[in-house]
Amino acid sequence: MPDYAWPDAEHRTLIGKRTTRVDSPLKVSGQAKYTYDVHRPGMLYGKVVRCPYAHAKVVSIDTSAAEKMPGVKAVQVVQGPGSNIHWAGDEIVVVAAIDEGTAEDAMRAIKVQYQQLPHLVSDAEPPAGSAQEQGPLSLDDIGDMFDNQVPPRQIVSQIQQYGLSEKPTDDALKEMKEDGAPDEVLEALRSATIHPEAGKGTPSNYQKAATQTTGDPDKAFAEAEVVSEGLYGIPLITHCCLESHGSISEWTDHDHVFTHISTQNVSGIAGQMAEPLNIPATNIHVHQDNVGGGFGSKFSPDRWGIFTAEISKKADGKPVRYMLERDAELKVAGARPSAYARVKVAAKRDGTLTAWQSNSWGTGGPGGGGMPPIPYVFSVPNQRLEHTAIRNNIGPARAWRAPNHPQAAVLTMCALDDLAAKLNMDPVDFFGKNLNLTKARENTYREELAVAAELMGWKEKWHPRPQAIDGIVRGVGLSMHTWGGRGHASDCDLTIYPDGSVELKMGTQDLGTGTRTCILVVAADTLGIPMEGIQLLIGDTNYPPSGGSGGSTTIGGVSSSTRRAAVDARDALFAKVAPALNAEPDQLECKNGRLSVKGDPSRALSWKEACSKLGAMPITVRGKNPDRSKPPDLTNSGVGGVQMAEVEIDSDTGVVKVRKMVAVQDCGFIIDLKTAETQCYGAMIMGISYSLYEEKVMDPTTGRMLNPDMQFYRLAGFSDIPELVVHMMTGKGYDERGVIGLGEPPVISPGAAISNAVANAMGVRVPFLPLTPDRVLTAFEQKGRV
Amino acid sequence: MRPFEYVSPYSRKQAISLLGPTWGNTEVLAGGTDLLALMKDDVVTPKRLVNIKDIADLRGISSDAQGLRVGALTTLGELADNENVKKNYPSLSEALLEAASPQIRNMATIGGNLCQRPRCWYFRNGLGLLPKDESGKELVEAGENRYHAILGNQGEAKFVSPSTVVPMLIAYGAKIRLEGAKGKRELPLEKFFVIPKTESEREHDLRPNEIVSEIVIPPASDLKAAHYEVRQREAFDWPLAVAAVTLKMQGSNVQSSRIILGYVAPVPWPSPEAEHAMSGKPVNKETAQKAADAALAKATPLSHNAYKVKLAKVAVDRAILKAAGGTA
Repeated sequence: MPDYAWPDAEHRTLIGKRTTRVDSPLKVSGQAKYTYDVHRPGMLYGKVVRCPYAHAKVVSIDTSAAEKMPGVKAVQVVQGPGSNIHWAGDEIVVVAAIDEGTAEDAMRAIKVQYQQLPHLVSDAEPPAGSAQEQGPLSLDDIGDMFDNQVPPRQIVSQIQQYGLSEKPTDDALKEMKEDGAPDEVLEALRSATIHPEAGKGTPSNYQKAATQTTGDPDKAFAEAEVVSEGLYGIPLITHCCLESHGSISEWTDHDHVFTHISTQNVSGIAGQMAEPLNIPATNIHVHQDNVGGGFGSKFSPDRWGIFTAEISKKADGKPVRYMLERDAELKVAGARPSAYARVKVAAKRDGTLTAWQSNSWGTGGPGGGGMPPIPYVFSVPNQRLEHTAIRNNIGPARAWRAPNHPQAAVLTMCALDDLAAKLNMDPVDFFGKNLNLTKARENTYREELAVAAELMGWKEKWHPRPQAIDGIVRGVGLSMHTWGGRGHASDCDLTIYPDGSVELKMGTQDLGTGTRTCILVVAADTLGIPMEGIQLLIGDTNYPPSGGSGGSTTIGGVSSSTRRAAVDARDALFAKVAPALNAEPDQLECKNGRLSVKGDPSRALSWKEACSKLGAMPITVRGKNPDRSKPPDLTNSGVGGVQMAEVEIDSDTGVVKVRKMVAVQDCGFIIDLKTAETQCYGAMIMGISYSLYEEKVMDPTTGRMLNPDMQFYRLAGFSDIPELVVHMMTGKGYDERGVIGLGEPPVISPGAAISNAVANAMGVRVPFLPLTPDRVLTAFEQKGRV
Repeated sequence: MRPFEYVSPYSRKQAISLLGPTWGNTEVLAGGTDLLALMKDDVVTPKRLVNIKDIADLRGISSDAQGLRVGALTTLGELADNENVKKNYPSLSEALLEAASPQIRNMATIGGNLCQRPRCWYFRNGLGLLPKDESGKELVEAGENRYHAILGNQGEAKFVSPSTVVPMLIAYGAKIRLEGAKGKRELPLEKFFVIPKTESEREHDLRPNEIVSEIVIPPASDLKAAHYEVRQREAFDWPLAVAAVTLKMQGSNVQSSRIILGYVAPVPWPSPEAEHAMSGKPVNKETAQKAADAALAKATPLSHNAYKVKLAKVAVDRAILKAAGGTA
């Protein structure tokens, strides 16, 4: 059995060190190619007619004028008459033409009649008595869940819990299967309990979930020594990928498709396109070099990825490019659900947490949306949780970096911070006192709190909340978070050629997180050669499949499959070379491009000489991660992190500036310390954006998004980004756990940490993110000033 | 792309002859930083685009007895970096450098800055300058008006005048020179901006067949001046309130002043009330605050923008103190 275990600290040359990204020069010089940069010979341009109404039925479509226009090569109806439209900007018709201008003209020549229906785009607190108990689901509800990418497991459990209001016909089931519904959901639909009496009448926009109770919250609140109550919330924001969604598709013959697509999921795209295109997945070639942001919104080819390929077929297979325009990207390509709550939380006078009660609500668009995992991180012994999902026409939701966790962090950590203030306790002491409620990560959090406090200078900066304020005020706040992050399935082919060259192929993708660099670090360290000696090929379905980059699973997946392949290839090489060195294979080692007998450096060959002993045939091995049902070996799951923020507020204008942020993060065994740190820097910047600026602003009358652009959908600019300090937990207690993903964890806490810092500075809570001047001034006024 | 005619004249006369008598059919292209975005978003759909960038005598900065003469095609970057401006109109240079980003300042012209269209998100989304739904309901009043006007908003126009530089130019007493089919005319810059009453009117007094030729800024050596913006982001952002102030002192008291607010009304908003409040007074925290209160006394905030009253007061207060050399 080969020994795949990660080398210990004395035996690492690259792993765990600080390696600069291999693709940095290409990116900073603009040479890196993104899907958006792809232009194919004879390429046509797609444009899409989008519904201007937030809720409507398509009555009729007339494409005849567009079809006659010179330069228009194909027109295709995406959602025909009778279709129900649930958000403004939804796709109705696509056209393909010889250039973008012609496509736009054709788009304008298409006449669509709609019947407008009443819409709701607000996610304000449900009016008293408005919420219905969640009842049996309609088939429309199921469709909405698909549109909103609710995980199949969750759809099945909803169907089993609530039943259906109508029996699905065979045709309906067939159609769902064609639309990509997984078998487990279809099976649940077939065996669902039917409640024909339900589903009549107009369903409410407000759906109340069953109350969840743990322990005895009534008794705990009755006995509580200190109780804090507050209102907290985090709005619906968009992913705002700087490279929009989209693809360029062409038919290379009557049943083969070649797709360039902006995706987080290279290996998974062909399988999702096969059924709608009615060709085998093997016939779909997917390629991507670089992706300009996904954040959880780019796992699927999407409706537009499918119709781009379909309309290419209509246009004799010519390449068709459709990348979403900026406004479409912000309107329809996904959003993070909102979450708000009235929270009551209780403790003993010594700070021991005893009870939690929350009445939460939020929206993820037409599908409503679930309750975030609250109370977060701390398993408060007595709890009562009530949640109302708002189904509205704000647009579809998608997984957003650490789905549901930033929401949970804001609702929980802000409520706990307010409780600490009521107890007159320093939050570091208060959170520290309750770490036993964090279970598995207790020691990690304890160490991280101490490191973070030191790096922030917490002791000098923290002060009790002020009674009165004037001028510029400062404050600090903290938050904690957790995530899974076990590596995904990944296959990797590594070939050593007789001339000494090495090639590594994997159907993964580099989201900009340094995946290429990390793969090369593992392969080069394991083989004992420099990174430059390895050619790495990723981003193509011609390479062995690797999982989608979601849930912080990539680094665990690719490092583990690379390690396996490199160990096997190295051992195979040792077996071939051993006779030439008059040694046994297990006596050999390779370091710095020299293969030698352990303890006898005189018996050695250069890497090139050693490889020449292979004869004519290269060595090719496949690294394959163990099945996820087995316990992990090189990777693991479960991390803890602590973040602290320092803010400065102009109390006359309500403008908040973040002055410093500290992230202390555990992610098990680290492959490249530098790229790990940069993940945290990027996450904090994203966190500052969503804490201070981001919000999908909807017009109540028209139901349209008002800020689908980069001037009013604000992101932090360079001068809004303060001193950022990152500390990665490494060494004993961390290294031996194996590699754990880092993509999500550091983006979870900024909202809560910054909101808590603002509360510390002002002496009063600004309930909702983003912390804009109007909200800050309103909170100041409620408090009163000097 | 909607087809349009593109013409590129070499003289003012040619340019004017290519413009039409009504709005909507022709647009003047200078830096293009606003117009091209409006065209891409289908908010304006001209049939003819008159490029004036090749008209050489619309460029350049010079000075004569009347003051500083700035050609309409001078870019914001050129104007901000001009030695004369930095020395004699430092607050104008500062206001220019706070506008947009370096890339935009290198393209955008001062003439275009005066004529740029409102940043109202209803207008930018194609819902009109005075947006209404089919039933005639005013969308801004019923909707998301957090960035809209708090003064001069009693008519249907609720947007705010978009230039962050104009208030400072008005405070310095700038005049605008226009040239059209009916000849040349000159206006105090503040008279150039008007509140439209119907969808077919524009928010400035430029006639459809006129071009801006230059602005003239009188000598300012006897003035103390300051520009102050309240904005959320330090990076490129539209402000929430702007104030521009010039003070003419007599001893330690203010003899006369110009106090102009921006981002509070559909036009740049001179405040005679604040100017009156400062008249004959020393500049200190108390007088500045009284002037700020006077400037906003008649504010009529909408459903979501009462906070802007406070911010506009802060801007006026800080600009006055900054102009006098106090801390802002």
